[in-house]
This record gives sequence, C-alpha cells and structure tokens, in this order.
Amino acid sequence: MEMNVTRRTVLRGAGSLGALSALIMAGVLKPTAAYAADWNKAAFEAKDTAGALKGLGAATTADSNDLMLKVPDIAENGAVVPVDVISKIPNTSSIAILVEKNPQPLCAQFDFANGAVAEVSARLKMGQTSLVKAIAKADGKFYTAQKEVKVTVGGCGG
Amino acid sequence: MSSMNRREFLQILAAASAAGFALDARSVWAAGKGDSLYDLKKFGNVHLLHFTDCHAQLMPIYFREPSVNLGIGGAQGKAPHLVGEHLLKAFGIKPNGIEAHAFTYLDFEKAARTYGKVGGFAHLATLVKRLRAERPNALLLDGGDTWQGSATALWSNGQDMVDACKLLGVDIMAGHWEFTLGDKRVLEIVEKDFKNKIDFVAQNIKTSDFGDKVFEPYSLREMNGVKVAVIGQAFPYTPIANPRWMVPDWTFGIQDDNMQKTVDEARAKGAQVVVVLSHNGMDVDLKMAGRVTGIDAILGGHTHDGVPQPVIVKNGGGQTLVTNAGSNGKFLGVLDFDVRNGRISDFRYKLLPVFSNLLPADAEMAALIDKVRAPHKSKLEEKLAVSEGLLYRRGNFNGSWDQLILDAIMEVQGADIGFSPGFRWGTTILPGQAITFEHLMDQTAITYPHATLTEMSGEQIKTILEDVGDNLFNPDPYYQQGGDMVRVGGLQYTCTPDAGMGKRITDMRLKGKPVEADRKYKVAGWAPVAEGAKGEPVWDVVARYLRDKKTITPRKLNQPKLMGMKGNAGFVG
Repeated sequence: MEMNVTRRTVLRGAGSLGALSALIMAGVLKPTAAYAADWNKAAFEAKDTAGALKGLGAATTADSNDLMLKVPDIAENGAVVPVDVISKIPNTSSIAILVEKNPQPLCAQFDFANGAVAEVSARLKMGQTSLVKAIAKADGKFYTAQKEVKVTVGGCGG
Repeated sequence: MSSMNRREFLQILAAASAAGFALDARSVWAAGKGDSLYDLKKFGNVHLLHFTDCHAQLMPIYFREPSVNLGIGGAQGKAPHLVGEHLLKAFGIKPNGIEAHAFTYLDFEKAARTYGKVGGFAHLATLVKRLRAERPNALLLDGGDTWQGSATALWSNGQDMVDACKLLGVDIMAGHWEFTLGDKRVLEIVEKDFKNKIDFVAQNIKTSDFGDKVFEPYSLREMNGVKVAVIGQAFPYTPIANPRWMVPDWTFGIQDDNMQKTVDEARAKGAQVVVVLSHNGMDVDLKMAGRVTGIDAILGGHTHDGVPQPVIVKNGGGQTLVTNAGSNGKFLGVLDFDVRNGRISDFRYKLLPVFSNLLPADAEMAALIDKVRAPHKSKLEEKLAVSEGLLYRRGNFNGSWDQLILDAIMEVQGADIGFSPGFRWGTTILPGQAITFEHLMDQTAITYPHATLTEMSGEQIKTILEDVGDNLFNPDPYYQQGGDMVRVGGLQYTCTPDAGMGKRITDMRLKGKPVEADRKYKVAGWAPVAEGAKGEPVWDVVARYLRDKKTITPRKLNQPKLMGMKGNAGFVG
C-alpha cells in the first residue's frame, strides 16, 4: 500500500508556518479579523442562548434540512472542536454558530456577499457537553440546525 | 510450548467426568467429532475469515465471557447484550456443551478444566490453514487490538505480533490499541513490515490540519472472479479513550458521511461485495448499519462480544449483517457469500471457538512464538503468587482480576479509594493456578502504565463516575466512548444505568459513611491519559503485593447496587 504524501508533510518540507504566512501575505488567505467589520456586541456578549439569538435578531427560527451542521458526537479535544456549516438555503446572507452551555454562547458569525457559497469551517472551545446550534439568515428569515457534542474526561476505554 | 497432548487431555476429561460434569467434549473427542466442530462445509465463492481483539495473546489462555453486559434503551434484551442462559436461548445453543462453554460464563471453572485453554496463534494458524484449504483465495481479516495486551508485545514494541500476523497470513487489518504505540511506530510498521503484504485500512482517520487521509480507506480485491472491497474503520474514540498525545496530528470519529462516500466509491469501482472491518464496537456498528447503505457486512470487534450469529439490520439499501468475533484469540469468524450475477444470493456464518486441545499446534508458528519468548522466559514464568479463586476481568462493573489490582494499589499506596480502567481485555486464571508475571502483564501491559495517587474531592469522584457511566450507558451508541465502567475499590455506590447523565450515581459511601462533596479523598489509579504523567508501572506495584501475599484468597467483588435493571437479559440475578 502506497502512503500518500499529505499536505502537512509538504508544508513541513516547505518550511511549515513560513509557507502559510506567505499565503496570508500574498492575500490568498485572510485572517478572520479582517472580515469582522460589523461587531455585534450585544449578541456576542450575551450570557445565554436566548440573549444571543435576540442580539442576532433571530427571536423566531425554523428548522431546515438545507442547513447542515457537522460536529463530532464526542469531542476529541474540547479546546478545539471542529465545526462545519453548509447552507443550501437560497440567498443565505449569514451563518452564526452557538454553543449553548458556553459562558457566552455565540462563537462566530459569518456574512456572505451576494452569490458567495455559504459554507464555513471553524474550531469551537467547549467546556462541557452542550448543544451546538447553527443559525442561517436568508431573505430576512432565520433557520436552525443543532446537535449535541459530548465533552468527556476521557480514559478508561478499551 | 507446553500444549497438552491428546493422552493428557483424555485423562483430564476422565477426571472431570468422574467429578460429575456433563461431558460433551469426551464424546466429541472419542467419536472423532473434535474435527467435526471444525469441519465447516464450504459455501459460495467469497470467503472471509475474521479474528479481532486478540490482544497479543500468542499462547493458549483461559477467557471467561461476561455475566454482566447490560443493554440500555433500544439495546436491551438483544445481542450482544445477552449473557448466560439468555444467550444460549436466543441462539439455540445446547446447555452444558462445548459451545455453551465457549459463548457463556456458565459453570466456567468446571467447563474450562474439561475443555481446556482457548486460542493461541499456533492453534489458530492450524485452523486458518484448514479453512483456507477448502476455501481458495479466502481473505484473513484482523479487526485490530492485536499489537497490545501481552508482555512480549509491549517489550518488542508490537514486533512479535507483526511477525506472527504476517506468518498467519493476515491480508487486511484495522486498528485501535495499535495507536498507543504512537503514530510514528504505526506508520513504520505499515510502511515497512506490512508493505505489499498486509493492508492497514481506515476510512475515519484524517490529519487534523487539512483532513487528508492517513491510511488507505479500503482495499479492493478480486476473489474467485468477484470484486470484494474491505473498508477499514478504526476505533472512533481512540484520542479520547487513550492518550491523544500519542496521535497528535490525527483525528478520528465515526464519520458516517465519509463511510457512505467510501462505500459508493468502492461500488463504482466494481465491488460486488462490500464489507467493513470495524473497530466501532457492536452497538455503534448496529446503528451505523441502519444509517449507511450498500454495506453487505460489518465484521466488528472492540466490545469483545462473542456473537454466534450475525444480527441482520434492514436499511434503505437492503440489509447489512453485523457480527462481533469475541477476543483474545478465542474465536475465528467464517463468513461465506454466494455471489451470482454480480449479486449476493445467500450467506453462511459461523463463529468458531478455537479450542487449543482440538487443534494441533502449527509447527512454524510454534517455532516463531518460542523464539519470541525465549529471551524473556524466566521473567514471564516467575510465579508471583497462587490464586485460590477464579480471576477474570470482563463484565460491565468489576471483575475479580480488577478487584485484585484495586486491592493492591490501594494497600501499597495507602489510598481510601481505588480506580481501575474498564478495559475489556485480560485473560482468566483458574482457582489453584499460579499467577505468573506474564499473567499480570496480560492485565496491565500498556504504554502508559503509571500508578497514580491523587487527592480528589467527593464532587470530583462523582463527576468521574457519572462521566464514565454515560460513556457506557448513554442510550445513543454514538455517544458511548467505549470501555466498561471504571472499577471502583473502597467506595460503595448505587448505579441506575438508564437514568440520564448526572443522575446515574447515587448514595456514594466510604466505610458506610456518605461521601462528602467538598472533602478530599486519596484515590489510587493507573493508566493516566495525560501527557507527562509519572508513576511506577502498575505491574511493579501489583507484583510487589502478590509476592508479599504469596496466596491470593478469593476476591470479594466491590460492585455497585444496581437499580432499574430487573429482567435485563444482560444481567443475572
């Protein structure tokens, strides 16, 4: 069986972080902060989900099968829980991600310009088992998808 | 290798017969039916031989099946959560016979003395050769947990098992405990030792940075004119149940979506039979079989369930067979498919118990095993103590072997409470048998063996018990992290498995007094998953205790009081 050469290996060979920062400087990748033009203070600083949703203007939401939330069933590391959100709802203009049990549930909000593919990937910090919610906004309406992610002390398996 | 010869075996049978035990083995043997157990008629044209979770047991051993294996929620009363007579009844197995002994704990001591040891790679090799002789081009699949579980595997960094599996003729392999040798060692074996010999497959391991594949997701083979795909599924929660720092750049998980894509890709490439070689554990396999379509069979392991017949799961694409092939080299699963006009028309399955006395040792494999053991012989055979009682591990809450480990680490370290991980591997010792250093290593041989002594508050202890309880009894198998309940010494508690998270553990007491939430207690444990953990290897701590005691009286099991489990077929009493 031939082992594939992973991108990690290639990047390591090219000087690892150096290669990544070169891409950032060349404008291929931009730090997330560059996009954070409209900081929604009320929503991000809300201490519970209801407050965060209110801050987003999403007091009423509907479940949608066209909004896909991909998170692990059990987190491998609560400090960096990978999340992917894909919205196939036409005219999706923003996606927000919330972790219900976090001290400040709203973790991220992404805005999409006209025609942009509404697909995001992020890493969440989670202190305990919690529901993770994705909220998509399209044509002024809000849609949700949610799933429980378990955070465990680990060990003992086998 | 000191395998009993036929004459000694018959003498023991005669002795057991005189002792009044129903002797099926004797009649089986005398009538030449010993061979008939293994005289499995070939069926169809696609043949898969499957063993899993041998935990590096090269030698024949005793292994007692569990008397507590609770199924919660939808799993209640169904395979694999059936023990003892419930299991015999569900699968139509005659009580008191050789198969009843293989699949259940019933009358374990007497039956083990009658039928002898199980497994051993030299005996397994003979069985594999026999089956292959009649089944041309059969594939031998190893479900993983192969490179860990014995002293010689630990001391050789898995090399003894790698060499034994190559000699046995393994074709395709999946993994779990293999990863506790560290990512570099796994890649070294896969890229060097296994190259062009054994395919190590895993669709659910990716690099944690870009999500690139680490191993080939599947192996596509042609067998007797039929294209067969074998997809690998590593234990999804390896970085949680075992030290994450040993595989820092890899991410695992169940990955249903990618499994479906992989199945579809294999079908598009012409696979007429698609099977998954899985280390999910049987409950997860059963759920996956209902969600992913196009898999003909999931050949499973991890939970060490010796399930005599497949569970058939109906799904959107037809049906999927789900099997689980036990542990410790005790069983070999034989799955035959009849494929006609590109489609499976029928199947046969048999989970064969490997009785060492009924299968002569393969000379070449025996020689390899002798060579592996020779440099360590005196250390392996050191007699630490004699056990007056039966010592076993498997079961949801405790086993007498774990109780012995708990008694030892608590006494040696002066602790109030002991925790021992809910590992499912570990061999069994009969009353009167000497406990050798090798036996002790069968229970403890891991790459993070440190014994620990920690101060914990009553609240922290409760949190840990609830957390592990949820990892075992969450009604959704995808949220079960794997492993049995942490074994607890000193502390008594009540457990309600079907209560929700945070509500299963009640009435925690130490020497009759309620445990106080904010009081500190001294807790002895071992196998810490954190990087940089220190402590004496637990086998040295326990060996000191055993040498000191010389005779180990039958252990008194510290088990929780169970609530709400009346009538559960995964439990007796």
